[in-house]
Amino acid sequence: MSNRAFDETFGLGPFSGGDVRAPYAEVARWLAGASGDLLETRRRQAELFFRRIGITFAVYGDPDAQERLIPFDIVPRILSGGEWGRMEEGLKQRVQALNMFLADVYGPRECIRAGIVPEELVLLNPQYCLAQVGRRPAKDVWVQIAGIDLVRTGPDAFFVLEDNARTPSGVSYMLENREVMLRLVPELIHEIARNGGGLRPVETYPETLLETLTSVAPNHCTGEPCLALLTPGIHNSAYYEHSFLADKLGVELVEGSDLFVHADILYMRTTEGPKRVDVLYRRVDDEYLDPLVFRQDSALGVAGLVNAVHSGNLTIANAMGTGIADDKAIYSYMPDIVRFFTGKDPILHNVPTWRCRETDSLSYVLENLHELVVKETDGSGGYGMLVGPHATKDERERFAARIRANPHHYIAQPTLALSTCPTLTAAGIAPRHVDLRPFVLTGAKGAQIVPGGLTRVALKEGSLVVNSSQGGGTKDTWVVDIPGESA
Amino acid sequence: MLSRSAANLYWMGRYLERADFLCRLLDATVRLASLPASHGGAQPAWESAIKSAAVADSFAERNLPVDEAHVGYFLTLDADNPSSIRRCLEAARANGRSVRTALTLETWEAVNGAYHEIHRFGHTALDSAALVRLADSIKDALLMFDGAAHRTQLREATYWFLRLGTTVERADNTARLLDVKYHLLLPRAEPVGGSLDYFQWTTLLRTVSALTAYRWVYRESVKPWLVADLLIFNRAMPRSLIACMEDAVWLLDQLAASRGRRGPANRIASASLRGLSACDIETLFQGGLHEFLTAFLAENNSLGAAIAEQYLF
Repeated sequence: MSNRAFDETFGLGPFSGGDVRAPYAEVARWLAGASGDLLETRRRQAELFFRRIGITFAVYGDPDAQERLIPFDIVPRILSGGEWGRMEEGLKQRVQALNMFLADVYGPRECIRAGIVPEELVLLNPQYCLAQVGRRPAKDVWVQIAGIDLVRTGPDAFFVLEDNARTPSGVSYMLENREVMLRLVPELIHEIARNGGGLRPVETYPETLLETLTSVAPNHCTGEPCLALLTPGIHNSAYYEHSFLADKLGVELVEGSDLFVHADILYMRTTEGPKRVDVLYRRVDDEYLDPLVFRQDSALGVAGLVNAVHSGNLTIANAMGTGIADDKAIYSYMPDIVRFFTGKDPILHNVPTWRCRETDSLSYVLENLHELVVKETDGSGGYGMLVGPHATKDERERFAARIRANPHHYIAQPTLALSTCPTLTAAGIAPRHVDLRPFVLTGAKGAQIVPGGLTRVALKEGSLVVNSSQGGGTKDTWVVDIPGESA
Repeated sequence: MLSRSAANLYWMGRYLERADFLCRLLDATVRLASLPASHGGAQPAWESAIKSAAVADSFAERNLPVDEAHVGYFLTLDADNPSSIRRCLEAARANGRSVRTALTLETWEAVNGAYHEIHRFGHTALDSAALVRLADSIKDALLMFDGAAHRTQLREATYWFLRLGTTVERADNTARLLDVKYHLLLPRAEPVGGSLDYFQWTTLLRTVSALTAYRWVYRESVKPWLVADLLIFNRAMPRSLIACMEDAVWLLDQLAASRGRRGPANRIASASLRGLSACDIETLFQGGLHEFLTAFLAENNSLGAAIAEQYLF
């Protein structure tokens, strides 16, 4: 892997003035013709728009910043239709494997018997949900909504950084970022459509999600099932997204206190009396879902919910127990899991991963800490990780002690040269590292992916951490068909 | 509609109406308190303001002097007084945020705007000029809210619950205001050429934005029993008790129509309206104004409880 980062616009050539890669041709022309003032004006307009509609997120542990905007960058991140097509195929394969893996570990456990995944890593994993053992969700779909984090290091080199199979968020940004771009740079989008290609729309996402959720309704539903979206409430960092999606789907946004279970059937309290709920798109983690089964102190869920699910009266999306599939300790086995369940080689690659639980890997990791990224196997949001090359010697030594004390808890990966994308900074347009989270929807009839996703950008120069809680921003993600490109 | 959403909308309506009432009360009180002591004076003016706002007990607990600085702060910016304008607007915005998808962008922006407006006034006591400025700007922000809701909200349960909260709170405020001043409203022989009580009555009318309305309706000098008549029995006067009950009956009928059946709240509101329609100011004075207002407040309270019960808040 090269130390020089691949740039989405200029490839490996010089950052500006070099050869522009085909998908970016129109954008590069537009950027070259736009004055710094115009770009700054557009950026301000975008910010105003976001503030007006109230897209905010809360940062935990920062009382002053209760509602903050995620910075939005007006330079889009672009994939050609051909690049997207290959990626789409890889994503579908990966999510299919995740679903089959879940059905297997909660069912016959063949992948364990076949030695693909170590038994103790599954059965003793805190993410392994005992309440799901021997259960099958409706239509055998476990992960209806998956967010797969991808990074790019070269023209054809895409890696899966992380699978999100629990309650992935960010899709509201995919949709709202596009709305903003349609308003801010209509001339650019028209230009792309005019020369025979075009920007593929993402606005079908709510429709597709609705279709997906409806397709996995319990068997008793003969007509339209009643759907609801369960949120932890207004203090949750993703509350905006929950209300946004409920609005787009046209379903009630419910909290635990709006729901009750009677005779294994879930109802919501409405002004017209109790109303039966058939499919619950829940944005509440497993452990808070049902105080009778999981955490007893949880007020976010509903007592009896798990029984409603197990009686076949209710489908929840995603199913319980999917955390075992996106666990970072399981991640390193994904290439084998994909091969075992789909019978084919994985189209999307894993980032090479050292499992500190294995003695050889542990000593390699400890010796090479300065060039590795170390993550906790159950961490998320960019917390609790060490970026070796950017850490001080002291930080590395302290982290090494933590790894030695609890090696099972850590994995390590090489520091990838994440691709960069031109980004508007205080000093003008400059390269910044990006990743990509497309959203894969799986219903009774298979997987669908809206052409786009959430591109996160590390706004600090040289930074590789794109998480919004750590100062990352977002970009609109464009899938652009280029005339003459073979898909 | 989710019961929680209905409750949030209802309470948003109540909190905003209460904030609006406090603004008008504040404005009228600053004016009354500026008169010479012989006309009423500052302390009685602020005393009756805390009574009208139904916060006399919680204010007394503080052991603070009853004057503009302390009462003014208590009613406007005090974060420890759950009935201050600040707290009302914060509560209304929190209600609005929980039902964000039920509100139009304009309505949400207006309630959000009122919230940001009060925060511009900081956290310290204000002088008279600033109190009046605060009252004016919050009244404006709330007019904007009413306009936005009126112009953009769909005429369905969302809107009706919001208005229902407004109506119940409004009836409560008018009745309480009258009750605090009831002794001034009783008919008795008055010296020709007006009385010192004149300023009390006009203050009362100002608090419900009805001074001009009074002149148009009665076309004569301000008489206490006519003030009571206007605020209790005049159907054209939007803050009168009878107008509030008409609104409540209508709103509950709309909700009943969409739901297919009526409940205790419909019956209580209808009975209250019938009672008001069958009565007039002379009859009422014979039975006792204070007794009437006490009974009305109790009835209005049970209406609020019945709404919560009926719609499973």
